[in-house]
Amino acid sequence: MTIDWSAFTPWSALSGGVLIGVAAAMFALLNGRVAGISGIVGGLLKPASGDIAWRAAFVLGLVGAPLVYALVATVPRPRIDAGYATLVLAGLLVGIGTRYGAGCTSGHGVCGLSRLSPRSLVATLTFMAAGFVTVFLVRHLFGF
Amino acid sequence: MLVLASLLSGLVFGLGLIASGMTNPAKVLGFLDLGGTWDPSLAFVMAGAIAVASVGFAISRKRTTSLIGAAMKLPTAQHIDRRLVVGSAVFGVGWGIAGFCPGPALVALGLGEIKALVFVAAMLAGMGIFELIERRKSTPSLRSA
Repeated sequence: MTIDWSAFTPWSALSGGVLIGVAAAMFALLNGRVAGISGIVGGLLKPASGDIAWRAAFVLGLVGAPLVYALVATVPRPRIDAGYATLVLAGLLVGIGTRYGAGCTSGHGVCGLSRLSPRSLVATLTFMAAGFVTVFLVRHLFGF
Repeated sequence: MLVLASLLSGLVFGLGLIASGMTNPAKVLGFLDLGGTWDPSLAFVMAGAIAVASVGFAISRKRTTSLIGAAMKLPTAQHIDRRLVVGSAVFGVGWGIAGFCPGPALVALGLGEIKALVFVAAMLAGMGIFELIERRKSTPSLRSA
């Protein structure tokens, strides 16, 4: 393993992470919930849940973030190498997997680990390991 | 108030994702690529986020209502079962093939990225499939109807 020093951005990563932590803390202290994005979005698909407004508002905040960010600095363009078929497959797996596993990088990774939840630790180690193995297979074994 | 707090939390979360570089799938895949040249940035994002969030959760754990009077609804589940592990593994595979997880994909959607729209639409379809399966399981009478 070699570290990609040209891509490594410790300070922006850490400061962006702090903002994410502030958001998760705000949400817990104000709304009394974990900021688990897959759970918040997934709950929108349950018609009878009666708590659509706060969920939609959180999603609106996420989607609107680039607009607000652009007031202060240039928003970096994401580089999305995956093709459309790959994106559809990835989206389906992420949608189904996060709902069965009851969380994603935010709910289990950030919030769950912050709450010292053993359940979230297992989930986080599992999706990280699956991600590492998948990238290894795709990039180095099959050479896409 | 709850809706406003929710909007603000989502916004700050999204700003953090942009600032950290995590809305860029190429950067996320750089972290997941242990076999190539590795970009450890994502680990620093997690460290920064957990350092702050753990303080927030430590305070909120002791409260019976939130600062604006809402009921505390932090998760109580403790069990580690097959659903948790298999679901997380499926998520990890999906994350690894495109470099998108739910939050960054929604932020990239706000940037007007068509590819993010395709990913989010498929993700919603996946969540919808989950809901349909769960609903069938919980109401067995529907199966014969």
